[in-house]
Amino acid sequence: MGEKQDIKFTVEFLGGLDMLFRSSKEELSMPTKDELSGERLVLSHLIQALADDGNRIRKPGTDRKLFVQEDNTVRPGILVLINETDWELEGEEKYEIQDGDHIIFVSTLHGG
Amino acid sequence: MPPPPCALCTTNRAAIVRPKDHSKLCKSCFITVFETEIHHTITSNNLFHRGERIAIGASGGKDSTVLASVLKTLNERYDYGVELTLLSIDEGIKGYRDDSLETVKRNATQYSMPLTILGYAELYGWTMDQVVSQVGKKGNCTYCGVFRRQALDRGAARLGIQHVVTGHNADDVAETVLMNLLRADLPRLSRTTSIITSTPSTSDTTNIQRSKPLKYAYEKEIVLYAHHKGLDYFSTECIYSPEAFRGSARALIKNLERVRPSAILDIVRSGEDMAALCGPAPAHAADDGGGGCGRTESSDIGGAVAPGLEVEITSATVQKRGKKGGVAYVAPRQGKGQVMGKCEVCGYLSSQRVCKACVLLEGLRKGRARRGVEIEGGEGG
Repeated sequence: MGEKQDIKFTVEFLGGLDMLFRSSKEELSMPTKDELSGERLVLSHLIQALADDGNRIRKPGTDRKLFVQEDNTVRPGILVLINETDWELEGEEKYEIQDGDHIIFVSTLHGG
Repeated sequence: MPPPPCALCTTNRAAIVRPKDHSKLCKSCFITVFETEIHHTITSNNLFHRGERIAIGASGGKDSTVLASVLKTLNERYDYGVELTLLSIDEGIKGYRDDSLETVKRNATQYSMPLTILGYAELYGWTMDQVVSQVGKKGNCTYCGVFRRQALDRGAARLGIQHVVTGHNADDVAETVLMNLLRADLPRLSRTTSIITSTPSTSDTTNIQRSKPLKYAYEKEIVLYAHHKGLDYFSTECIYSPEAFRGSARALIKNLERVRPSAILDIVRSGEDMAALCGPAPAHAADDGGGGCGRTESSDIGGAVAPGLEVEITSATVQKRGKKGGVAYVAPRQGKGQVMGKCEVCGYLSSQRVCKACVLLEGLRKGRARRGVEIEGGEGG
């Protein structure tokens, strides 16, 4: 009750992922806590939300697999940067998203 | 939990975890270390010599863009005294190569390097778009792969340059090592792991040398270097082989990296050690397993369809080597006693009378003629 706050942050797709998503960079607004579970918003929630949003991915049927694996983890070969820092230094999927964050997904898989 | 301080300067916040050793570095230390390691690769392998002219095989993608940027930086910083030029191959695929060539053109300005663009149309008389309209989308990677293998060499020869560097990285080499293991092709494994290969070119006098200065650089670090340096590169996928990068060897490498990041360099080193077991790598046309386009797919097909290109290792020599090493080994697929010569049609290095590219071109011409006849004869469908 009461604590229903939204945070704003930027999500950007680079290195070929920009071809998968309709918008390569956008500001998102999401509640800090999940209404049902009361869980704090972490990166894994965002990743799942992005992957499940049929309006966001150009070809939901095929391109989803190029972003996440079956268990909704980011596909190996995609780097995640949180405010320009390797997410491996920030707790990866468990990172709690902060207001004003800039989250970048960059593919290493695409060619030249 | 905020990131720890950089392991090198101990003042800035770490921003990168290096896959090879898990060390945590800040942006500026990472950039310095990355460049220094490439410098070390270049000097310890004596890749360049003063006064040498070097063509950078440039696609506009991350690897070749980072290669061009780093080589320019190092050439100035350490005074290699080499002359760098960009060489791009235009396969003639509308909607694919056009945009990346625009990137290469910007790179040429950004790095103040001359740029030469050479097209399949000019070299072979066929663009890939025309090849595909003739042979269909299936199997067209074979043509592209065979044509590309010669294209950089021919381009360099035209420029009077004897050394081509390519952006093949550690992930590419590891992938090729695995592919060759899966194919039981030790001779090819030996060639693909060596940092320098030599390709006899179209003329008698010139030998084109190929080298891979980024051979020990992780793809992850190449992308992060490009990102943190703000380099202008273009990511794309070939419209004729859009799912090439889903190749299973590639996926395996990336999965291994996630579990144990050092695995990639370990595979590269294992490849080198296995290569050492089968003797010195012969001077030969390089097989560019990775990089660029439909990687796994094209090298797969190339391996099966174009054995003619890797024949100077005769079964006789391989068996001799095998005996020396005490290992019974039969060379796969190679014909008996083939001798390296020149293609009767184009003069390029070939074990056969006519090189693979010319065989393919002849097939295309016949196909075109046949199709013409069919149309005249009114045979529909």
